[in-house]
Amino acid sequence: MRIAGKGLIDRTKPVSFTFDGKSYFGFAGDTLASALMANGVRLVGRSFKYHRPRGILTAGPEEPNAMVEVRDGASQSPNTRATVQEIYDGLAAQSQNRWPSLRYDLLSVNDLAAPFLSAGFYYKTFMWPRAFWEGLYEPLIRRAAGLGRLKPQNETASYEKAFAFCDLLVIGSGPAGLMAALTAARAGADVILAEQDSLMGGRLLSGAGTLGMPWVDATLAELRGLPNVRLMARTTVVGAYDQGTYAALERVGLHVPAAPHLPRECFWRIVAGQAILATGALERPIAFDNNDRPGIMLASAALTYLNRFGVVPGQKITLFANNDHARQAVRQLMAAGVQVVAILDSRADASTVEECPVYLSAAVTDTQGRHGLTQISGTHAGGAFKIDTDCLLMSGGWNPLVNIACHQNARPIWREDIAAFVPQPGMVPGLAAAGSANGAFSTQAALREGADAAIAALTELGRSAAAPDLPQAEDAPYRLQALWALPGKGRAWLDFANDVTVKDVKLAAQEGYTSVEHMKRYTTQGMAPDQGKNSNVSALAVLADATGRGIAETGTTTFRAPFTPVSIGALGAGGQGAGFAPQRYMTSDQASRDRGAPMVEAGLWYRPSYFPKPGETTWRQSCDREVLTVRSTVGVADVSTLGKIDIQGPDAVRFLDFVYTNTFSTLPVGRVRYGLMLREDGFVLDDGTTARLGDTHYLMTTTTAAAGQVMRHLDFVHQAYCPKWQVRFISVTESWAQFAVAGPLAKMLLNALLDQRIDDFPFMTYGEVSVEGVKARLFRISFSGEEGYEIAVPTAYGEALFRDLLAKAETLGGCAYGMEALNVMRIEKGFITHAEIHGRITAFDIGMAKMVASKKDCIGKAASQRPGLIGPEREQLVGLRPITQTEIGAGAHLFNPGDKAERVNDQGYVTSVCWSPVFESYLGLAFLKDGRARYGQRVRLIDHMRKTDVLCEVSDPVFLDPEGAKLRA
Amino acid sequence: MPNLIAKSALFGRAPLTLSGTTLAEAQVGTLTSVAVFPGKLTKVKKTLGGFPAPNTVAGNLIWTGPEQVFVLGPVPDLTGLAAVTDQSGGWAALRLSGPMAADALMRLYPLDLRAAHFPKDTCARAPLGHMQSILIAEEAGFLILIFRSMARTAWHEIETALHALTARTAAI
Amino acid sequence: MRLTCPLCGTRDRREFYYSGSEDYLNRPAEGAPIEAWDDMLHLRTNPAGVTKDLWYHETGCGSWLLVTRNTITHAVLATELVAARKGGAA
Repeated sequence: MRIAGKGLIDRTKPVSFTFDGKSYFGFAGDTLASALMANGVRLVGRSFKYHRPRGILTAGPEEPNAMVEVRDGASQSPNTRATVQEIYDGLAAQSQNRWPSLRYDLLSVNDLAAPFLSAGFYYKTFMWPRAFWEGLYEPLIRRAAGLGRLKPQNETASYEKAFAFCDLLVIGSGPAGLMAALTAARAGADVILAEQDSLMGGRLLSGAGTLGMPWVDATLAELRGLPNVRLMARTTVVGAYDQGTYAALERVGLHVPAAPHLPRECFWRIVAGQAILATGALERPIAFDNNDRPGIMLASAALTYLNRFGVVPGQKITLFANNDHARQAVRQLMAAGVQVVAILDSRADASTVEECPVYLSAAVTDTQGRHGLTQISGTHAGGAFKIDTDCLLMSGGWNPLVNIACHQNARPIWREDIAAFVPQPGMVPGLAAAGSANGAFSTQAALREGADAAIAALTELGRSAAAPDLPQAEDAPYRLQALWALPGKGRAWLDFANDVTVKDVKLAAQEGYTSVEHMKRYTTQGMAPDQGKNSNVSALAVLADATGRGIAETGTTTFRAPFTPVSIGALGAGGQGAGFAPQRYMTSDQASRDRGAPMVEAGLWYRPSYFPKPGETTWRQSCDREVLTVRSTVGVADVSTLGKIDIQGPDAVRFLDFVYTNTFSTLPVGRVRYGLMLREDGFVLDDGTTARLGDTHYLMTTTTAAAGQVMRHLDFVHQAYCPKWQVRFISVTESWAQFAVAGPLAKMLLNALLDQRIDDFPFMTYGEVSVEGVKARLFRISFSGEEGYEIAVPTAYGEALFRDLLAKAETLGGCAYGMEALNVMRIEKGFITHAEIHGRITAFDIGMAKMVASKKDCIGKAASQRPGLIGPEREQLVGLRPITQTEIGAGAHLFNPGDKAERVNDQGYVTSVCWSPVFESYLGLAFLKDGRARYGQRVRLIDHMRKTDVLCEVSDPVFLDPEGAKLRA
Repeated sequence: MPNLIAKSALFGRAPLTLSGTTLAEAQVGTLTSVAVFPGKLTKVKKTLGGFPAPNTVAGNLIWTGPEQVFVLGPVPDLTGLAAVTDQSGGWAALRLSGPMAADALMRLYPLDLRAAHFPKDTCARAPLGHMQSILIAEEAGFLILIFRSMARTAWHEIETALHALTARTAAI
Repeated sequence: MRLTCPLCGTRDRREFYYSGSEDYLNRPAEGAPIEAWDDMLHLRTNPAGVTKDLWYHETGCGSWLLVTRNTITHAVLATELVAARKGGAA
């Protein structure tokens, strides 16, 4: 029911929305909860386990009951708190965890079965037979329990992430936060004020305290006018991390209809010199029998609905409280003309002077009303009572919102005088609490603490701030007598969201789960979407009582980020589709795609898989043709993805000798040498060729896969072990486009394109050439086993050269070849890639032990000679060829014929496999125990996944041209 | 004269303007890395006519690492003093200018890029998303040097940020 | 988490690659007994408290850093360039 003249909603802007398919109207500024309340909707959800009818308990993000699904299809969001979701035209919300409808939910039979569903029920009941767990029990439980549904579709909405920096981050914009921000902002500090609500003002928006909206408006106007202040509304700080980094979630597009490019949420990483925790406090419920009916809510929530939204939750209201503070809610309701039937105060010595009857020493012990509250009963100083009421407000006092202060694992301290936990200074370095979050509950105290905290924070930053004149505000003492749970025979809820009652906590204690962390896990208290914001302190108070310990001794569970739920979409913002990882394109990319080449990912690079010709219907046909073409005429491939590192300086060669196992100091200018690089632990890191371009100038190549890793390694070796050497190096991978030209006609092709002939250009030679007027680098190297060259030009010319090379190759009967053919040819030749260099192999394993020079030290040398890294027990690189024409696959394991194919008999494994059109056979590279001594023997290749069992012959890994005659041709 | 056609990383891509902020491919010409050999900084400084402090730009010299600068344009002879390496084709250059430039880049860079904290002639080696880059503050915006092969991704990421910011403005 | 690169200033953790213990800096001389290599490569103290480890400013300036930090409080106590560290290699 709306109250005329109240609320910060815009009554000139009606908003239409639906709930469970039915249309309603609210006003701009309403939350879904306030709009439903204004429409008389009390039943908004069903509880997690018992399917109990539930209404609205709170007016904030801590809401445990009023959770709904919003939107449909791919943009559907479950467990959206109706108390946070703002309404907009077209908003479609649905209740959760009910079937067939919210009002007639068949699974509410669970409520009748409640005696069997107590804490630990699942653990005790579904223990056996074990096989029934996955097939029967779990699906049944999953169907019956739960809240919102996960959508089956992929996320399509966009999310955003962003970084922000400030001197001072103020978390929360109530009186303490506003005063802190104002004090720091006036002093010129760079301030961010973050507020989870859509409006700034905190409790002042709810009419709490005596400081009204005029002060809020004036303060915000002043802050908005300052260039050094950023006001971030709808932004919840969800975590405190190291070195002043805070995570925050901003609702960007959740309060308006979806629009193109409009992010739903933005995940902020805010770096703050200092921070002030002004998150306020949450009112706590009281546990009494059937305290969960729709119509029972927190007193402060009613105050918010009245003053913020101009709506009241009932027409005959009662209050049950243990403190003075809660009375302002009923006073203001009465002033607004709402009937308050009674104040039931649990204390014996409280004031009875109010505009309505006040009963002391009161205890509410039961409630009635199936889909909404109709009556409460209990006792008070005058005896037993029954009162007809449609709305019971409760207040068990206040819990400071200490969560963020505890995110680095420090624990809050118990203050007996306010029966609450408060943060200690220094729990998070650079963070100080102020106001209610610090246990200072009056508005005046909040203002004072906010200003003081800002001055202290600025002092830490080496700045000064003037103490502001504080406005006069309510400063009433907070009189409270702790009250957690009332005795009763029925169920008294602590954790509404997870259906955990006082009995469950007591049962946990009785069964030995006396630690608060054990109780939590046994009962699931605090593990629902509200993370126990409404129930943690009360539950541990009940546990303390049940175990005979004090609350301080019982302690809290661990507070973990995030403070409120964060969607995975927001955490992964920017990572959808093309944003997942950078895409690296070679200069030949378009030319390859123009020829219909399917592109495959090689690390971050996209490389052509093969170049299909008309009539070819499978990749194998194209691949076989490309291999045979290279082996008979000439082929061209883009190899620009290989890492290239330019190394210069008088000590460059010394450095190469140190990082490579083999010797480079004997390499003449204009020559190229293969090099093997080890990690310091003796395993192979990478391999490649290095050319000596000039007297003190070298060009190292790395594999595509390890380019980044090698750079990091070289930087380490240089900076850690030889920073004073006269050597510097830099990646030039991106500066040169490089193409392999391979095959018997390779030289002919190059001679047709180069500006000078290369008739005398032996294997492993480097030379500067020019191609069509462009300076180029030519290397006589081969990864195919054919006579091979690699020609490099400045990247800008890459595409043009590739197209020219290809055109010329085609006139010679040659072709472009892709990754598939490249892989086949290197397997035929027994060349290794990172399929073989997988981090567990040594130079010995690949038959290169002799490449570890004995006359010099190098990285990894000492460790490579450790026992166990050399010797016949090692799995060594070999070639494999099936005896019969049967397909084999990489990943298969090797066994001796006659042995059972079990792990204990394992002899090795296959790393690379191809169909060789040259040998008309499958070929494999494998690591086999004592493999080099077993050439000519047979092994069984077994792949349990692909169900293959093939007898293979072991051979030298070099199948093709073992003498290298073709290479050197 | 070369007969081969030279192409820049985003050859032919038209500039994009959203909410008055423009993203465009820039041509920076010759770009050379000068990495000083140990003990030779004073001489290099003299030859180059200066050497920028870390994270700053001085004339045509951009600080890029420990005793390392990138030089825009011709480089004097530094034989024996420094490793001099042509980087011209290896980097794509993007220019982002206009009122949303800093906000857009603060979606991608973990840096405070507001003018007061990252003024003209400041530079940083820092990641744009997952990509290594060199970021330079200019008079009216930023110059971003990114590995040439990743230019399309960089463009895509900045474009996405600009679209989101524009959509935010429209939604308020 | 944020680390201060002596050259680039305080930067977000995502710019850095974590390598491991400072022990990697103490490379045994050629011919050292295999135990010395084992110590350097594998033996770690895993302190609850102050520790020194190596970080690489990978998407920044490429400097290797020696970082002194506290594994309990997460405080970063000092960072220095590996190349310019006290008692470093020649």
